Amino acid sequence: MADKSEAEGYLVTEKLVKRFDEALAVDDVSLSIGKGEIFALLGSSGCGKSTLLRMLAGLENPTSGRILLGGQDMANLPPYDRPINMMFQSYALFPHLDVWENIAFGLKREGLPKAEIQQRVDEMLDLVQLGPFAKRKPHQLSGGQQQRVALARSLAKRPKLSLLDEPLGALDKKLREQTEFELVNIIEKVGVTCVMVTHDQEEAMTMANRIGIMSKGRVLQVGSPKEVYEHPANRFVADFIGNVNLFEGHLSVDEPDRCAAITGIGEILVGHGVSGTLNMPVAIAVRPEKMEISKERPPVDKNLFTGKVKEIAYFGSYNTYIVTAGDGTRVKITKANSSHEKLSDITWEDNVFFWWSDVAGIVLRD
Amino acid sequence: MHAPSISLLGKRFVICVPYTWLLLFFCLPFLILLYISLVDVGNDIAPFKPLWDSETGILKLKYENYLSIFRSGDGGGLFKTIYIEAFLLSIWYALCTALLCLVIAYPFSYFIATASPRVRPALLMMVMLPFWTSFLLRVYAWKGILADQGVLNQALIFLGLTNEPILMLYTNVSMLVGMTYVCLPFMILPLYANLVKMDFRLLEAAYDLGASPLKAFWLVTVPLSRTGIIAGFMLVFIPSLGEFVIPSLLGGPENIMIGRVVWDELFTSNNWPRASALAVIMIAVIIVPLAVYYHYTGESADARK
Repeated sequence: MADKSEAEGYLVTEKLVKRFDEALAVDDVSLSIGKGEIFALLGSSGCGKSTLLRMLAGLENPTSGRILLGGQDMANLPPYDRPINMMFQSYALFPHLDVWENIAFGLKREGLPKAEIQQRVDEMLDLVQLGPFAKRKPHQLSGGQQQRVALARSLAKRPKLSLLDEPLGALDKKLREQTEFELVNIIEKVGVTCVMVTHDQEEAMTMANRIGIMSKGRVLQVGSPKEVYEHPANRFVADFIGNVNLFEGHLSVDEPDRCAAITGIGEILVGHGVSGTLNMPVAIAVRPEKMEISKERPPVDKNLFTGKVKEIAYFGSYNTYIVTAGDGTRVKITKANSSHEKLSDITWEDNVFFWWSDVAGIVLRD
Repeated sequence: MHAPSISLLGKRFVICVPYTWLLLFFCLPFLILLYISLVDVGNDIAPFKPLWDSETGILKLKYENYLSIFRSGDGGGLFKTIYIEAFLLSIWYALCTALLCLVIAYPFSYFIATASPRVRPALLMMVMLPFWTSFLLRVYAWKGILADQGVLNQALIFLGLTNEPILMLYTNVSMLVGMTYVCLPFMILPLYANLVKMDFRLLEAAYDLGASPLKAFWLVTVPLSRTGIIAGFMLVFIPSLGEFVIPSLLGGPENIMIGRVVWDELFTSNNWPRASALAVIMIAVIIVPLAVYYHYTGESADARK
């Protein structure tokens, strides 16, 4: 992973806004992305991530704001003059051209000599391992092969910026997992700066150096996969990335190195300080896998609560328990199945203890 | 076991319907035409003689009907007959009509196909609206527009663009105008049907890869609408080739088209066999290139689906 501070600033968006009629699709987005970085825009459908990507490609004009690539303003350049290439969602391969011609399409538009086009296309075919398929038409290829043609086509012109719109969205789950790493390998081999759009958090976490989480046209948090998972900036991000238990309450203790909140299930202690005032409404976020569950009383007294097991789901590598606390709050707890012998005796309607360490919780103000 | 056999019967029946139609209304008339084209000219009561002379018992195939089309009787050169001339002229004007229709219909269809789905039915309705008026009436209307004292000349004189009427009616131009006008919907509809299915993200992909809008249109839209272009071209070219009414109402007297020649042979010379031979040749002129085209493209067109 590149060092963030020195790498930032290759692709910059400044207060980018896109308004469709009265609806704000992209609302005041300022991003700074480093050279060679793989940046993922993550959000559910309609959050504006695709519109943002299309503005980078030049397929949509921003209502206001600027796009700078390597210091050059992109705003007035039409898509066909931008050193940016996109891999389209469901690929948009030209059905009347074969694989070779699809990859060569962009190179021919540059007016490169024939020999160089041939060499560059062969290079790309090698890169995505599609050499034997050069003369096939897109409809004669499998989904995974089409995806690689689309990737090769978007990289053939050696763009300064590569855009990937749901690059794995059209593949089935098994193939997607294999392809995630393959795609990252190819992009890193080429060394191109890359912005991808996805609604799949796993895909974003696996592939990207940094993730920008979008909702309703705004970027809510930017950070490495670890940062956004461990230190979500607000309720939306905490809830969107992975599973989380959110306990709503009021701040009851506010000290530099620790704080606490009175919530429905009781007082929760958190091992970090928070800027704010006593009694302000907060939510404490705790990841299900950071919680412990047992039928016997554990030798701890902090963040220890009791409840009744309502549901158990078996996922193979881990179990999920839904526990109802005294006030009716439903708490989700997951446990790896390595310790199944000790846990397997927990069953429906059992009274259980559940607890977590004070560094597991995070105070969210927004 | 019953269900599949019933459905099989149903399938066969459904397949039979178009074949029966083709047999009754294409194959049979064509065979009759072919028959008449191969017999001798008759008299006023029976315009052609039977193939089998019942008195002498001789089978008389008159392939001279065909020969006379290609070689004139008074010792003129091969292919230098009024028939060949009329054929070439008809092919030329049918090609011109089809090309004119294509040039006019393409932007037209593109506009309808890219219009919002709510207004598309209304726009298509406007294309088909002229069909609600009699074909003859519409052709006569063009007379009113193009005549020396017609609407267009009056307007041009009124605007001071010309002092005396420009000769428009009864020329090749007025004939082409009429044929293009009548055939235009047959070009627009298949083109529209093709363009409306077009994936416009492919154009975005082309822009993204460095193609200007014009280049993208030429390299993506046009090749992808090829089947629509060919279908429209055939739909215009084929009826234009044998068109009889428009050339005789709007066309000039100096250009005799093949439709007119067949008419003359049939009703003036009362030479049914030669008229039939002309008709058979005309069908060949249309079918042979079509068959060759489908033979070479059928495979790839199937694969494209």
